[in-house]
Amino acid sequence: MSRKDPSRGLLVSPIKNGTVIDHITAGEALNVLRILGITGSTRECLSIATNVESKRMGKKDIVKIENRELRTEEVDRIALLAPHAKINIIRDYKVVEKKGVEIPEILRGVVRCPNPGCITNTNEPVASTFEVLDKGLHCLYCDWLIKDDIANHII
Amino acid sequence: MYHIISIRDFERSDLDYLLDRAQEFDTGNYRPGMLDDKLVALLFFEPSTRTRMSFATAMARLGGKSISVDSVEASSIVKGETLADTIRVISSYVDAIVLRHPKEGAARLASEFATVPIINAGDGAGQHPSQTLLDLYTIRQSMPVDGIDVGLLGDLRYGRTAHSLALALSLYGVTLHTIAPGGLEMPANIALELRERGMEVVEHPNVEEAIRELDVLYVTRIQRERFPDSASYYNVASSYRITTDLLDGVKERLMILHPLPRAGEIDPAVDRTPYARYFEQARNGVPVRMALLHEVMR
Repeated sequence: MSRKDPSRGLLVSPIKNGTVIDHITAGEALNVLRILGITGSTRECLSIATNVESKRMGKKDIVKIENRELRTEEVDRIALLAPHAKINIIRDYKVVEKKGVEIPEILRGVVRCPNPGCITNTNEPVASTFEVLDKGLHCLYCDWLIKDDIANHII
Repeated sequence: MYHIISIRDFERSDLDYLLDRAQEFDTGNYRPGMLDDKLVALLFFEPSTRTRMSFATAMARLGGKSISVDSVEASSIVKGETLADTIRVISSYVDAIVLRHPKEGAARLASEFATVPIINAGDGAGQHPSQTLLDLYTIRQSMPVDGIDVGLLGDLRYGRTAHSLALALSLYGVTLHTIAPGGLEMPANIALELRERGMEVVEHPNVEEAIRELDVLYVTRIQRERFPDSASYYNVASSYRITTDLLDGVKERLMILHPLPRAGEIDPAVDRTPYARYFEQARNGVPVRMALLHEVMR
């Protein structure tokens, strides 16, 4: 039995069950985890690869999350940062579902309103709510428009 | 349930309908006791004279009653109660709530927790739809709103009445002329929204350049608290003062409006000219608010 060439070894090993998020915009993997609510203290087994070479994208990030299948509303939040991301649901090492991400029409509790005078930045029991428009994210409470740097406003 | 939160929620036909109703109330074409079994709460968490008193007057004219909270200090807000809880509770006492609040989006939030209609009477630098309706009503008393030239002068950055009015006028094919001191120009996203609505927006460096083109000059207060010191405030404020000298050669039908209170933007000598319509505008708050109160509680 011949040994594999170590230079061709896998960067991250395959997972048995869980989710692989591929084709993440290079450099956004950690932000993707943040908006999924996955932090250093969560129990999920994670593999993260950043700035991996990609034929299609030049460079890309990959995230693998074991034993967790992401729901549609969770993956759609990813579209804000990584519009080309592909979600692969893995069961017993096989891809059982493959889907793209779609930016939802309404983002609830995902983005903090940059307007300090907005009622959502108080102790009121409401989540920030933005509608997604071509020109940016529009706060449905105070009408503020976030045009760029969306990652910095993600809660 | 019918809430009145933002001018953005209105189609032109909604505005025209409310203005027609206001005219009926204005001309006495209504039954005086129309709301005699109704009670409205006036929740004013920011100072107000005209808006609060004209809502109270409008309610009384319709035979209804009003209860009020006039300051944050006098309410449970100081004990840390949320607006959401306040609204839930007051909803169970009254038939409608008129709300003024310092935070933008407060009225939208209130409408989510209320079990009775909410009328926004100003939310921070946000919306003030009843003021916009009375502005439109005042213009319509003298001329059709369609296709006229309206100048907005003053603090167009923070002035909520200017934003609300501009949005409403965009439904009437109006050409908007903006005249604002440096740093107080209309926010880019609002100017963009107006242009997307098909409005022509023309910026002018000073009022002299624009005033002869205008059918309506809408003056807003330049807020002293926006300036680092009183010298720079007076410097700007004096350059945006409307005097009788400025009115030479203006259109005969020019009307000068101001949401009041004024702080020196209009020389009192202008009050005696036929162009000055701001006191009439303030008076129109009553029939317009009668129409709104009746509409949400009928």
